[in-house]
Amino acid sequence: MSYIVPVIFLLIIIFALRKKIPIYSTFCDGVQWGMKTVIGIFPVLLAITTAVAMMRASGLMDIIIRLISPITDIFHIPSPVLPLALIRPISGGGALGILSDILKEYNPDSLIGIIASVIMGSTETTFYTLMVYFKNTRVKYTKHIIPAAVFGDIVGIIAGVAASTIFF
Amino acid sequence: MNYIFAFMIILSLITSFFTGTVNETVQAGLDGAKNSIEIILSFAGIMCMWCGFLKLAEEGGAINALSKLISPIINLLFPKLKHNNKAKEYITANISANLLGVGNAATPAGIAAMQELDKINKTPDHASDEMSIFTVINTSSIQLIPTTIIALRSAFGSLNPECIIPPVWICSITALFCALFMMKIILFFKRKNNKKIHITRGG
Repeated sequence: MSYIVPVIFLLIIIFALRKKIPIYSTFCDGVQWGMKTVIGIFPVLLAITTAVAMMRASGLMDIIIRLISPITDIFHIPSPVLPLALIRPISGGGALGILSDILKEYNPDSLIGIIASVIMGSTETTFYTLMVYFKNTRVKYTKHIIPAAVFGDIVGIIAGVAASTIFF
Repeated sequence: MNYIFAFMIILSLITSFFTGTVNETVQAGLDGAKNSIEIILSFAGIMCMWCGFLKLAEEGGAINALSKLISPIINLLFPKLKHNNKAKEYITANISANLLGVGNAATPAGIAAMQELDKINKTPDHASDEMSIFTVINTSSIQLIPTTIIALRSAFGSLNPECIIPPVWICSITALFCALFMMKIILFFKRKNNKKIHITRGG
Protein backbone atom coordinates (compact mmCIF):
# COMPACT_ATOMS: atom_id res chain seq x y z
CA MET A 1 0.00 0.00 0.00
CA SER A 2 2.75 2.42 0.92
CA TYR A 3 4.19 2.07 -2.60
CA ILE A 4 1.21 3.72 -4.32
CA VAL A 5 2.40 7.29 -3.83
CA PRO A 6 6.09 6.82 -4.77
CA VAL A 7 5.11 4.79 -7.84
CA ILE A 8 2.77 7.55 -9.00
CA PHE A 9 5.48 10.18 -8.49
CA LEU A 10 7.99 8.06 -10.42
CA LEU A 11 5.62 7.46 -13.34
CA ILE A 12 4.77 11.15 -13.59
CA ILE A 13 8.45 12.16 -13.68
CA ILE A 14 9.44 9.44 -16.14
CA PHE A 15 6.68 10.51 -18.54
CA ALA A 16 7.71 14.15 -18.19
CA LEU A 17 11.39 13.29 -18.81
CA ARG A 18 10.45 11.37 -21.95
CA LYS A 19 8.50 14.32 -23.27
CA LYS A 20 11.41 16.65 -22.43
CA ILE A 21 9.32 19.36 -20.79
CA PRO A 22 10.85 21.81 -18.28
CA ILE A 23 10.13 19.67 -15.22
CA TYR A 24 11.18 22.09 -12.52
CA SER A 25 9.30 25.14 -13.77
CA THR A 26 6.20 23.06 -14.56
CA PHE A 27 6.23 21.73 -11.02
CA CYS A 28 6.51 25.28 -9.69
CA ASP A 29 3.60 26.37 -11.92
CA GLY A 30 1.58 23.57 -10.38
CA VAL A 31 2.47 24.72 -6.88
CA GLN A 32 1.28 28.20 -7.71
CA TRP A 33 -1.98 26.81 -9.04
CA GLY A 34 -2.27 24.77 -5.83
CA MET A 35 -1.83 27.92 -3.77
CA LYS A 36 -4.66 29.55 -5.71
CA THR A 37 -6.87 26.55 -4.95
CA VAL A 38 -5.97 26.75 -1.27
CA ILE A 39 -6.83 30.46 -1.17
CA GLY A 40 -10.11 29.66 -2.94
CA ILE A 41 -11.01 27.08 -0.30
CA PHE A 42 -10.12 29.31 2.64
CA PRO A 43 -13.28 31.49 2.94
CA VAL A 44 -15.61 28.47 2.94
CA LEU A 45 -13.34 26.61 5.34
CA LEU A 46 -13.31 29.53 7.79
CA ALA A 47 -17.09 29.97 7.61
CA ILE A 48 -17.85 26.29 8.22
CA THR A 49 -15.14 25.74 10.86
CA THR A 50 -16.49 28.72 12.80
CA ALA A 51 -20.11 27.59 12.50
CA VAL A 52 -19.30 23.97 13.40
CA ALA A 53 -17.20 25.04 16.39
CA MET A 54 -20.19 27.06 17.62
CA MET A 55 -22.50 24.10 17.07
CA ARG A 56 -20.21 21.91 19.15
CA ALA A 57 -19.75 24.36 22.01
CA SER A 58 -23.45 25.18 22.30
CA GLY A 59 -24.45 21.54 22.49
CA LEU A 60 -26.42 21.72 19.23
CA MET A 61 -24.11 19.18 17.61
CA ASP A 62 -24.83 16.66 20.38
CA ILE A 63 -28.56 17.19 19.98
CA ILE A 64 -28.39 16.67 16.20
CA ILE A 65 -26.19 13.58 16.59
CA ARG A 66 -28.60 12.13 19.17
CA LEU A 67 -31.61 12.87 16.94
CA ILE A 68 -30.15 11.17 13.86
CA SER A 69 -28.49 8.25 15.59
CA PRO A 70 -31.54 5.93 15.32
CA ILE A 71 -31.35 6.25 11.52
CA THR A 72 -27.57 5.95 11.29
CA ASP A 73 -27.53 2.94 13.62
CA ILE A 74 -29.46 0.94 11.02
CA PHE A 75 -26.56 1.29 8.58
CA HIS A 76 -23.91 1.18 11.33
CA ILE A 77 -22.77 4.69 10.39
CA PRO A 78 -21.14 6.42 13.37
CA SER A 79 -23.40 9.44 13.95
CA PRO A 80 -20.57 12.04 14.18
CA VAL A 81 -19.92 11.34 10.49
CA LEU A 82 -23.47 12.07 9.35
CA PRO A 83 -23.24 15.90 9.22
CA LEU A 84 -20.41 15.37 6.71
CA ALA A 85 -22.54 13.02 4.61
CA LEU A 86 -25.41 15.53 4.64
CA ILE A 87 -23.37 18.55 3.50
CA ARG A 88 -21.14 16.71 1.01
CA PRO A 89 -23.50 16.75 -2.02
CA ILE A 90 -24.11 20.50 -1.64
CA SER A 91 -20.76 22.04 -0.79
CA GLY A 92 -17.27 20.62 -1.22
CA GLY A 93 -15.61 23.35 0.84
CA GLY A 94 -18.24 22.99 3.57
CA ALA A 95 -17.64 19.25 3.70
CA LEU A 96 -13.92 19.93 4.02
CA GLY A 97 -14.63 22.21 6.99
CA ILE A 98 -16.69 19.50 8.71
CA LEU A 99 -14.08 16.86 7.90
CA SER A 100 -11.37 18.95 9.55
CA ASP A 101 -13.59 19.35 12.62
CA ILE A 102 -14.05 15.56 12.79
CA LEU A 103 -10.32 14.91 12.31
CA LYS A 104 -9.53 17.38 15.08
CA GLU A 105 -12.16 16.01 17.46
CA TYR A 106 -11.54 12.28 16.92
CA ASN A 107 -7.94 12.02 15.56
CA PRO A 108 -7.37 11.20 11.85
CA ASP A 109 -6.23 7.61 12.51
CA SER A 110 -9.24 6.64 14.62
CA LEU A 111 -12.01 4.61 12.99
CA ILE A 112 -14.31 7.64 12.85
CA GLY A 113 -11.50 9.74 11.34
CA ILE A 114 -10.86 7.11 8.69
CA ILE A 115 -14.54 6.58 7.89
CA ALA A 116 -15.01 10.33 7.47
CA SER A 117 -11.95 10.56 5.18
CA VAL A 118 -13.08 7.62 3.04
CA ILE A 119 -16.63 8.99 2.72
CA MET A 120 -15.21 12.37 1.71
CA GLY A 121 -13.07 10.61 -0.91
CA SER A 122 -15.75 8.41 -2.41
CA THR A 123 -18.56 10.97 -2.81
CA GLU A 124 -18.89 14.17 -4.84
CA THR A 125 -20.55 17.60 -4.71
CA THR A 126 -23.39 16.10 -6.73
CA PHE A 127 -25.79 19.03 -6.97
CA TYR A 128 -23.11 21.58 -7.77
CA THR A 129 -21.77 19.35 -10.58
CA LEU A 130 -25.28 18.89 -12.02
CA MET A 131 -25.80 22.64 -12.06
CA VAL A 132 -22.46 23.53 -13.66
CA TYR A 133 -22.58 20.85 -16.34
CA PHE A 134 -26.03 21.67 -17.69
CA LYS A 135 -25.65 25.45 -17.49
CA ASN A 136 -24.47 25.85 -21.09
CA THR A 137 -26.82 23.36 -22.74
CA ARG A 138 -30.39 23.58 -24.03
CA VAL A 139 -31.54 20.90 -21.62
CA LYS A 140 -34.31 21.90 -19.19
CA TYR A 141 -35.23 18.59 -17.59
CA THR A 142 -32.55 16.73 -15.67
CA LYS A 143 -34.74 15.37 -12.88
CA HIS A 144 -34.24 11.73 -13.86
CA ILE A 145 -30.48 12.02 -13.24
CA ILE A 146 -30.79 13.05 -9.58
CA PRO A 147 -31.94 9.66 -8.18
CA ALA A 148 -29.03 7.85 -9.85
CA ALA A 149 -26.48 10.45 -8.69
CA VAL A 150 -27.80 10.52 -5.12
CA PHE A 151 -27.98 6.73 -5.07
CA GLY A 152 -24.27 6.72 -5.95
CA ASP A 153 -23.54 9.02 -3.00
CA ILE A 154 -25.52 6.83 -0.59
CA VAL A 155 -23.70 3.72 -1.81
CA GLY A 156 -20.41 5.63 -1.39
CA ILE A 157 -21.28 6.46 2.24
CA ILE A 158 -22.38 2.93 3.18
CA ALA A 159 -19.44 1.35 1.34
CA GLY A 160 -17.14 3.87 3.05
CA VAL A 161 -18.25 2.69 6.48
CA ALA A 162 -18.05 -0.99 5.50
CA ALA A 163 -14.62 -0.77 3.83
CA SER A 164 -13.08 1.27 6.66
CA THR A 165 -14.37 -1.17 9.26
CA ILE A 166 -13.00 -4.14 7.31
CA PHE A 167 -9.64 -2.54 6.44
CA PHE A 168 -8.79 -1.10 9.85
CA MET B 1 -25.92 26.80 1.48
CA ASN B 2 -26.99 30.29 2.55
CA TYR B 3 -29.76 28.90 4.72
CA ILE B 4 -27.62 26.10 6.09
CA PHE B 5 -24.94 28.54 7.23
CA ALA B 6 -27.52 30.90 8.75
CA PHE B 7 -29.25 28.03 10.56
CA MET B 8 -25.97 26.69 11.91
CA ILE B 9 -25.17 30.05 13.52
CA ILE B 10 -28.69 30.97 14.67
CA LEU B 11 -29.54 27.54 16.09
CA SER B 12 -26.16 27.36 17.86
CA LEU B 13 -26.83 30.70 19.53
CA ILE B 14 -30.39 29.74 20.50
CA THR B 15 -29.21 26.39 21.90
CA SER B 16 -26.47 28.16 23.85
CA PHE B 17 -29.11 30.27 25.63
CA PHE B 18 -30.85 27.12 26.82
CA THR B 19 -27.71 25.26 27.79
CA GLY B 20 -26.18 28.35 29.38
CA THR B 21 -23.09 28.25 27.23
CA VAL B 22 -23.39 31.62 25.48
CA ASN B 23 -19.86 32.74 26.32
CA GLU B 24 -18.33 29.39 25.42
CA THR B 25 -20.16 29.33 22.11
CA VAL B 26 -19.01 32.78 21.09
CA GLN B 27 -15.49 31.93 22.20
CA ALA B 28 -15.62 28.68 20.22
CA GLY B 29 -16.67 30.63 17.12
CA LEU B 30 -13.67 32.93 17.51
CA ASP B 31 -11.35 29.96 18.13
CA GLY B 32 -12.82 28.23 15.08
CA ALA B 33 -11.88 31.18 12.91
CA LYS B 34 -8.41 31.21 14.46
CA ASN B 35 -8.03 27.46 13.92
CA SER B 36 -9.10 27.64 10.29
CA ILE B 37 -6.02 29.70 9.40
CA GLU B 38 -3.84 27.13 11.20
CA ILE B 39 -5.55 24.31 9.30
CA ILE B 40 -5.12 26.01 5.93
CA LEU B 41 -1.46 26.80 6.65
CA SER B 42 -0.55 23.27 7.70
CA PHE B 43 -2.47 21.88 4.75
CA ALA B 44 -1.28 24.31 2.06
CA GLY B 45 2.23 22.86 1.71
CA ILE B 46 1.17 19.27 1.00
CA MET B 47 -1.70 20.40 -1.19
CA CYS B 48 0.66 22.55 -3.28
CA MET B 49 3.18 19.73 -3.60
CA TRP B 50 0.49 17.42 -4.98
CA CYS B 51 -0.66 20.13 -7.37
CA GLY B 52 2.95 20.47 -8.56
CA PHE B 53 3.07 16.78 -9.43
CA LEU B 54 -0.38 16.88 -11.02
CA LYS B 55 0.63 19.78 -13.23
CA LEU B 56 3.67 17.75 -14.23
CA ALA B 57 1.34 14.84 -15.06
CA GLU B 58 -0.83 17.11 -17.17
CA GLU B 59 2.01 18.69 -19.16
CA GLY B 60 4.33 15.70 -19.12
CA GLY B 61 2.02 13.24 -20.83
CA ALA B 62 1.02 11.02 -17.91
CA ILE B 63 -2.59 12.15 -18.34
CA ASN B 64 -2.46 11.35 -22.08
CA ALA B 65 -1.18 7.88 -21.29
CA LEU B 66 -4.06 7.46 -18.87
CA SER B 67 -6.50 8.65 -21.57
CA LYS B 68 -5.33 5.89 -23.90
CA LEU B 69 -5.79 3.35 -21.14
CA ILE B 70 -9.37 4.34 -20.43
CA SER B 71 -10.45 4.85 -24.05
CA PRO B 72 -11.91 1.30 -24.41
CA ILE B 73 -14.03 1.87 -21.31
CA ILE B 74 -15.38 5.08 -22.84
CA ASN B 75 -16.32 3.20 -26.01
CA LEU B 76 -18.17 0.69 -23.88
CA LEU B 77 -20.09 3.37 -21.95
CA PHE B 78 -20.90 5.52 -24.96
CA PRO B 79 -21.38 3.12 -27.89
CA LYS B 80 -23.16 5.80 -29.95
CA LEU B 81 -20.15 8.11 -29.84
CA LYS B 82 -17.73 5.79 -31.61
CA HIS B 83 -17.59 8.06 -34.63
CA ASN B 84 -17.92 11.36 -32.81
CA ASN B 85 -14.28 12.05 -32.07
CA LYS B 86 -14.71 15.52 -30.63
CA ALA B 87 -17.20 14.52 -27.96
CA LYS B 88 -15.22 11.40 -27.14
CA GLU B 89 -12.00 13.38 -26.87
CA TYR B 90 -13.52 15.82 -24.37
CA ILE B 91 -15.08 13.01 -22.36
CA THR B 92 -11.76 11.16 -22.20
CA ALA B 93 -9.91 14.32 -21.18
CA ASN B 94 -12.50 15.03 -18.49
CA ILE B 95 -12.38 11.53 -17.02
CA SER B 96 -8.56 11.36 -17.02
CA ALA B 97 -8.34 14.75 -15.32
CA ASN B 98 -10.91 13.60 -12.77
CA LEU B 99 -8.94 10.42 -12.13
CA LEU B 100 -5.85 12.44 -11.34
CA GLY B 101 -7.80 14.92 -9.27
CA VAL B 102 -7.05 17.88 -11.52
CA GLY B 103 -10.46 19.46 -10.96
CA ASN B 104 -9.48 22.67 -12.73
CA ALA B 105 -8.76 20.74 -15.93
CA ALA B 106 -11.74 18.40 -15.57
CA THR B 107 -14.50 21.00 -15.40
CA PRO B 108 -13.74 22.88 -18.65
CA ALA B 109 -13.33 19.58 -20.55
CA GLY B 110 -16.57 18.35 -19.00
CA ILE B 111 -18.49 21.46 -20.02
CA ALA B 112 -17.07 21.21 -23.56
CA ALA B 113 -18.12 17.56 -23.71
CA MET B 114 -21.64 18.48 -22.57
CA GLN B 115 -21.89 21.12 -25.30
CA GLU B 116 -20.83 18.57 -27.92
CA LEU B 117 -23.41 16.12 -26.59
CA ASP B 118 -25.97 18.92 -26.61
CA LYS B 119 -25.37 19.45 -30.35
CA ILE B 120 -26.26 15.84 -31.17
CA ASN B 121 -29.12 15.61 -28.67
CA LYS B 122 -32.34 14.77 -30.54
CA THR B 123 -34.54 15.81 -27.62
CA PRO B 124 -33.09 19.26 -26.75
CA ASP B 125 -35.35 19.81 -23.71
CA HIS B 126 -34.44 16.54 -22.08
CA ALA B 127 -30.97 15.27 -21.26
CA SER B 128 -29.96 12.53 -23.71
CA ASP B 129 -28.81 9.11 -22.50
CA GLU B 130 -25.18 10.03 -23.15
CA MET B 131 -25.53 13.29 -21.20
CA SER B 132 -27.16 11.49 -18.30
CA ILE B 133 -24.46 8.83 -18.12
CA PHE B 134 -21.66 11.38 -18.46
CA THR B 135 -23.13 13.49 -15.65
CA VAL B 136 -23.47 10.48 -13.36
CA ILE B 137 -19.78 9.68 -13.94
CA ASN B 138 -18.95 13.21 -12.88
CA THR B 139 -21.20 13.23 -9.82
CA SER B 140 -19.37 10.11 -8.66
CA SER B 141 -15.91 10.60 -7.31
CA ILE B 142 -13.36 8.76 -9.43
CA GLN B 143 -10.12 10.13 -8.03
CA LEU B 144 -6.96 8.01 -8.00
CA ILE B 145 -5.34 10.17 -5.32
CA PRO B 146 -7.65 12.11 -2.96
CA THR B 147 -5.05 14.89 -2.58
CA THR B 148 -7.08 17.31 -0.47
CA ILE B 149 -8.06 14.66 2.06
CA ILE B 150 -4.51 13.32 2.36
CA ALA B 151 -3.23 16.85 2.92
CA LEU B 152 -5.87 17.51 5.56
CA ARG B 153 -5.15 14.23 7.34
CA SER B 154 -1.45 14.96 7.63
CA ALA B 155 -2.27 18.48 8.80
CA PHE B 156 -4.02 16.88 11.78
CA GLY B 157 -1.04 14.65 12.54
CA SER B 158 -2.09 11.38 10.93
CA LEU B 159 0.69 8.79 11.07
CA ASN B 160 -0.39 7.28 7.77
CA PRO B 161 -2.37 9.87 5.80
CA GLU B 162 -2.33 7.81 2.57
CA CYS B 163 -3.81 4.69 4.18
CA ILE B 164 -7.26 5.73 2.98
CA ILE B 165 -6.37 5.31 -0.71
CA PRO B 166 -7.29 1.59 -1.13
CA PRO B 167 -10.68 1.83 0.64
CA VAL B 168 -11.45 5.05 -1.25
CA TRP B 169 -10.81 3.23 -4.55
CA ILE B 170 -13.07 0.34 -3.63
CA CYS B 171 -15.86 2.62 -2.44
CA SER B 172 -15.65 5.01 -5.39
CA ILE B 173 -15.80 2.16 -7.89
CA THR B 174 -18.71 0.53 -6.08
CA ALA B 175 -20.57 3.84 -5.90
CA LEU B 176 -19.88 4.59 -9.58
CA PHE B 177 -21.11 1.18 -10.70
CA CYS B 178 -24.26 1.42 -8.60
CA ALA B 179 -24.99 4.94 -9.89
CA LEU B 180 -24.46 3.87 -13.51
CA PHE B 181 -26.63 0.80 -13.02
CA MET B 182 -29.38 2.95 -11.50
CA MET B 183 -29.07 5.41 -14.38
CA LYS B 184 -29.43 2.60 -16.92
CA ILE B 185 -32.58 1.36 -15.19
CA ILE B 186 -34.08 4.85 -15.08
CA LEU B 187 -33.26 5.43 -18.76
CA PHE B 188 -34.78 2.06 -19.65
CA PHE B 189 -38.11 2.93 -17.97
CA LYS B 190 -38.04 6.43 -19.42
CA ARG B 191 -37.71 5.01 -22.92
CA LYS B 192 -40.53 2.56 -22.27
CA ASN B 193 -42.81 5.39 -21.10
CA ASN B 194 -41.96 7.55 -24.10
CA LYS B 195 -42.84 4.69 -26.45
CA LYS B 196 -46.20 4.29 -24.74
CA ILE B 197 -46.93 8.00 -25.22
CA HIS B 198 -46.00 7.75 -28.90
CA ILE B 199 -48.24 4.74 -29.41
CA THR B 200 -51.25 6.33 -27.73
CA ARG B 201 -50.71 9.54 -29.67
CA GLY B 202 -50.29 7.68 -32.93
CA GLY B 203 -53.21 5.42 -32.67
